Amino acid sequence: MKKWSKILALTLSAAMLVCSFAACSNTGSGTDETGGDAQAQAMPAVAKADLKIGVIHITDPAEGSGFTYAQDEGIKEMQKNLGLEDSQIIRKINITDTDAAATRTAIEECLEEGCQVIFGTSYNYKDVMAEMAEEYPDVIFSHCSGNINNGKNMNNYFGAIYQARYLTGIAAGMKTESNKIGFVAAMDVNNSEVTGGINAFTLGVKSVNPDAQVYVRVTGQWYDPNAERQAAQALLDQGCDVIAQHCDSSVPQETAQAAGKWGCGYNSDMSIQAPNGHLTAPIWHWGVYYTKAVQQIIDGTWTATNYFGTLADGLVDISPLNTAVAAPGTQEKIDEARAQIEAGTLKVFAGPLYDNAGNLKVAEGQEMTVEEITQNFTWYVDGVVAN
Amino acid sequence: MDLIINFLVAAIVSGTPLLFGTLGEILTEKAGHLNLGVEGMMAIGAIAGFYTGYKTNSVLLALLMSFAAGMLCALIYAFLTITLKATHNVTGLTLTIFGSGLSSFIAFSMIQNAENGVPVLDRSFTSSLANIHIPFLSDIPVLGKLLFQYNPLVYLGVVIAIVMAVYIKRTRAGLNLTAVGENPGAADAAGINVTLVKYVHVLIGGGICGLGGAYMALTIGNGSWVNNVVNGYGWIAVALVIFASWNPAKAIGGAFVFGAFSVIRYYMPTGVNLPTAFYNMLPFLVTAIVLVISSVRKKKKHVEPAAIGAIYFREER
Repeated sequence: MKKWSKILALTLSAAMLVCSFAACSNTGSGTDETGGDAQAQAMPAVAKADLKIGVIHITDPAEGSGFTYAQDEGIKEMQKNLGLEDSQIIRKINITDTDAAATRTAIEECLEEGCQVIFGTSYNYKDVMAEMAEEYPDVIFSHCSGNINNGKNMNNYFGAIYQARYLTGIAAGMKTESNKIGFVAAMDVNNSEVTGGINAFTLGVKSVNPDAQVYVRVTGQWYDPNAERQAAQALLDQGCDVIAQHCDSSVPQETAQAAGKWGCGYNSDMSIQAPNGHLTAPIWHWGVYYTKAVQQIIDGTWTATNYFGTLADGLVDISPLNTAVAAPGTQEKIDEARAQIEAGTLKVFAGPLYDNAGNLKVAEGQEMTVEEITQNFTWYVDGVVAN
Repeated sequence: MDLIINFLVAAIVSGTPLLFGTLGEILTEKAGHLNLGVEGMMAIGAIAGFYTGYKTNSVLLALLMSFAAGMLCALIYAFLTITLKATHNVTGLTLTIFGSGLSSFIAFSMIQNAENGVPVLDRSFTSSLANIHIPFLSDIPVLGKLLFQYNPLVYLGVVIAIVMAVYIKRTRAGLNLTAVGENPGAADAAGINVTLVKYVHVLIGGGICGLGGAYMALTIGNGSWVNNVVNGYGWIAVALVIFASWNPAKAIGGAFVFGAFSVIRYYMPTGVNLPTAFYNMLPFLVTAIVLVISSVRKKKKHVEPAAIGAIYFREER
């Protein structure tokens, strides 16, 4: 017994020595390469073979569709692009993001396995990640959809999904016959991410069909298939003939199809689930960010700068238009708007913008900032009918 | 007017999975057993029903398999609590965790083998579960839509409720069941086989819960598999048992009232601006009120089976 503990102690101290040497050499090379960086200090480079990446997911990617699935496809794409081994990616799944203790345990487990970077893919991980970023200054904490950046080793990443939603709004606006379009929303007007999406979608609808209105019903849950079915059915009952959504299951699209109506999904190409009803869906290509970020970590150029990907970057996109269902001419209209957005000539949230009570919110010639759009968008634009 | 009719129809459709769960739990609790595994049994019933339908394309087989799967889960519970005399609450909770996990586990392997990662039922299967249409009856204005235009499983739920109500109140076996739930010692002395009565009713109760899961899996996605489709409805069913005061006939009304609460937010006229949290709270608020009222009235027939949750040792009579 005693002999074993001696061997263990020896091994551990040897490991510590090796690690500290490695740390020294890394720090050296890191400062050399980024000496000229004025803004934030770059994190030290990590050799590709030594790199270990921790990924914290709120649900299980094996679900085969939805938000976490799309996130994990991005991780896999990064792994393939950079040629990393399976053992270099450590996933923690089903980590409830409102459970701070579970989040901390999951991240600690990743750190024990030697991760130098943690990607947290759900909003409410942010506070735990921010705390732990202070405790572990050598580890990179990259958080999806949040707003905390400590200027050292924690940044956040997200994308202009509203640009994609604008394009799906065009498809919906051209398809509707009743000029009533339904929107199943997971969260109410106080959630900027959802509200900004509804607004962009509505502006897209209005750009091709000024008479149409968007009716919003809120489920109060990100994932609740039965509630999503009920909300979609209620909208259909009230005369809507296109059902768009910002919630995680494909049930609204299936409900619309069963009623002989149409819709725009979210997160993945829901034409698979509703081939006769689905038009197109806003989708994420998270691999664009993950590839870029991990390459920077390997190169030693990663700094705590926030990432906000756009249509032009390829982080956000729409799924291929289901031409068998879409109104004639839709593809052309979408292509036209896409070219303008990518060129920067069409700004989705440029003034004049009125809220749905008729107040001028953004004056002519002005434009909303990214921060206003992602953190502080709590009013519906003209054309949205909410109850 | 159309809005109100649509609202009532949506309430009944939404209440049906709760009705199955509640009926299954009433039967279980009538035998003196509190089974908190409704959520797990429904989850297992959901995957068993969907997978069978997916592979065999037979509605009858799908329903039978979901019933059998629910019974199998209940068998684990029954063996632990009746034969091995384990605590009801903990065993039930374990069953919920086990059932939800096993359901996802089977579902994920089904997803991985499905085309495009989405298992979809054959269209003929989905259409045989579509809303019925009876000539003349379904065409009556208002009443036709309110009474004769649901999918067949809605009627199955109501029929099970009525049969159960008659069985419990009007048959000898039903009275024996009530006796076992109220006082197993006395029932035993009267010559009733307590263990047998408990096993039979806990198992059938589990089967009915399994049907509720199948209802959700087969109808909510309109033929596509939906992950974690039960998503907490099993727990509402446990609360509904109290709301229905252990009476299957009242469970019909209770389930549809709860269904109405879950959809009312979507049918509010424009301009009524209530916070989402208020609607989320409604069903539970009403349960609390019903609990208060029923405890104040304290009528004998409203109270729960007296021996509920008690472990019956024959030797300690």
